[in-house]
Amino acid sequence: MTQESTAPKVRITDSTLRDGSHAMAHRFTEEQVRSVVHALDAAGVEVIEVTHGDGLGGSSFNYGFSLVDEIALISAAVEEAQQAKIAVLMLPGLGTVKDLSRAHDAGASVARIATHCTEADVSIQHFKAARALGMETVGFLMLSHRATPATLAQQARIMVDAGAMCVYVVDSAGALVLGDAQARVQAVLDEVGQQAQVGFHGHQNLSLGVANSVLAYQAGARQIDGALLALGAGAGNSPTEVLAATFDRLGVPTGIDVQAALAAAEEVVKPFIPRLPHMDRSSIVQGYAGVYSSFLLHAERAAARYDVPTHEILQRVGEAGYVGGQEDMIIDIALQIAQERDMGDLAGAGTR
Amino acid sequence: MTKATAAIVGSGNIGTDLLAKLQRSEHVDVRYMIGVDPASDGLARARARGVEASAGGVDWLLEQEDLPDLVFEATSAYAHKANAPRYEQAGITAVDLTPAAIGPFICPPVNLDVNLAAPNVNMITCGGQATIPIVAAVSSVVPVDYAEIVASIASKSAGPGTRANIDEFTETTSHAIEVVGNARRGKAIIILNPVEPPMIMRDTIFCSIPADCDRDAVAASIYAMVARVQEYVPGYSLRAEPQFDDPREIWNGLARVAVFLEVMGAGDYLPTYAGNLDIITAAAAHVGDMLAKAKAGASA
Repeated sequence: MTQESTAPKVRITDSTLRDGSHAMAHRFTEEQVRSVVHALDAAGVEVIEVTHGDGLGGSSFNYGFSLVDEIALISAAVEEAQQAKIAVLMLPGLGTVKDLSRAHDAGASVARIATHCTEADVSIQHFKAARALGMETVGFLMLSHRATPATLAQQARIMVDAGAMCVYVVDSAGALVLGDAQARVQAVLDEVGQQAQVGFHGHQNLSLGVANSVLAYQAGARQIDGALLALGAGAGNSPTEVLAATFDRLGVPTGIDVQAALAAAEEVVKPFIPRLPHMDRSSIVQGYAGVYSSFLLHAERAAARYDVPTHEILQRVGEAGYVGGQEDMIIDIALQIAQERDMGDLAGAGTR
Repeated sequence: MTKATAAIVGSGNIGTDLLAKLQRSEHVDVRYMIGVDPASDGLARARARGVEASAGGVDWLLEQEDLPDLVFEATSAYAHKANAPRYEQAGITAVDLTPAAIGPFICPPVNLDVNLAAPNVNMITCGGQATIPIVAAVSSVVPVDYAEIVASIASKSAGPGTRANIDEFTETTSHAIEVVGNARRGKAIIILNPVEPPMIMRDTIFCSIPADCDRDAVAASIYAMVARVQEYVPGYSLRAEPQFDDPREIWNGLARVAVFLEVMGAGDYLPTYAGNLDIITAAAAHVGDMLAKAKAGASA
């Protein structure tokens, strides 16, 4: 056990039941949600996010249909949690204030509102609505590697002025390498000062989720996201149980019982997941080319459907600069690659 | 043939782009361009193109001795709700490019012919104009239980109105997918992408279709509809053949057709990437032409 610490506390938000929804192809059952919430809550995790992977209203052809309606899952999570707050994610342009209202009625008390890192102004109406509902608010600046620290700080300012109580630097592609993550957290903190907290959401595509989270904390971030067993998009999130253990070793209080978090990962989550998120060729390409992590399974499916390589699709998605939500473009790119290949075959056969 | 006279209210991106299109019309003569900001670029452009322009708002317009036959509203839903009764009282037919949706939703190749007598018609949204023709093309051949559209636009082409109330886009478009596209349930998604150089507007339409249906007939209906939209939006094109996917359990046992579109603008005011701006102004100009022709026919 670490000795009594004077280091400022960090609040871990667990996103197993939201970012992990991507890795589960949005097929969480109510029973799985209840068991994960029960374990996280008992381990002392203060905030548990439960939503379709793409946020409220995400159940769709484009992102994948939920097996169980997310509002039912949110209600179950609220019922199961003794101390933890239940958070929901929403992306303006996909989810609406009405969706947020329904989630609030189901008992969600933290609204996490996400935009691409340069489009914060589309979230103003949602922050105002969330605050009017009495919810705690968190802003999510996604694909943060695509904006400079200075731009990110300006965008964070828009969210804070609209009512965000914390703004996250979100490394959706797992593309931020150490100092890149820290500089962004620092810039956002310099801008918002005491008016809001700063958070960091990491992915493991280049294996740096936990290291970036520690650097973010050292720069002043006080909210950090994780997921049990890294269950999340791409190569997964910073594992909650590793964050708990690492911060404990650093003497930083998280309020989480490390042994209980380890048990939650190993005994509750591991038995039901179809595969462990890992750094394979495709997810590393996502980190390397700066591609939205949740594109991974969509690219794998398009690759199988059109018989083209997954990593090549992801590489082109990166080159085209597609942002979160543009899953439809994956099919478009797979079709292009297939067409080019067929043309090449024809040319090879001398029939061009 | 005498042209119908028209005013454009709203001198922002939409109004200015619409002016360029209506000035090429054989049926509509734009007399007035109205804004609220004397320093507006749109008003200066209108004057330079020989159109009487005023920053005096709708009050100024309704004081004119020679009232227009048509007014194109390119302000905001809020402003149009206040203005609409005044236009109607003055006997001016309104073509509403805001999300106010006071009059019936119009998507020209789908339902313009049955709404030519309405005092107020609404142009839905940019994404609606791009995608609802395809939903209607599919639903004219097979029942569409659910239709979903994804509109991706360049950040630079999304004006302050869209940004301040993006829910209005998703809700209005979803509703119109149902009432105009004839899908039992509709869903709309909009994405703003800041990539440089700016991306050309892209639209994807997913429709559920019966497990066993004549897919060739569905595809033929889609191709025919694309050709009809191209008559007034030349930059409207398919990126690939319609893609058919076999039934899945998670789709309630239904199959799916996916249609991938690109909408390149005519570059009248904003550059060609802003197909979203272009398609709603082109559709509104087309509606103006048809209303003008109907009025000329009625008075002949």
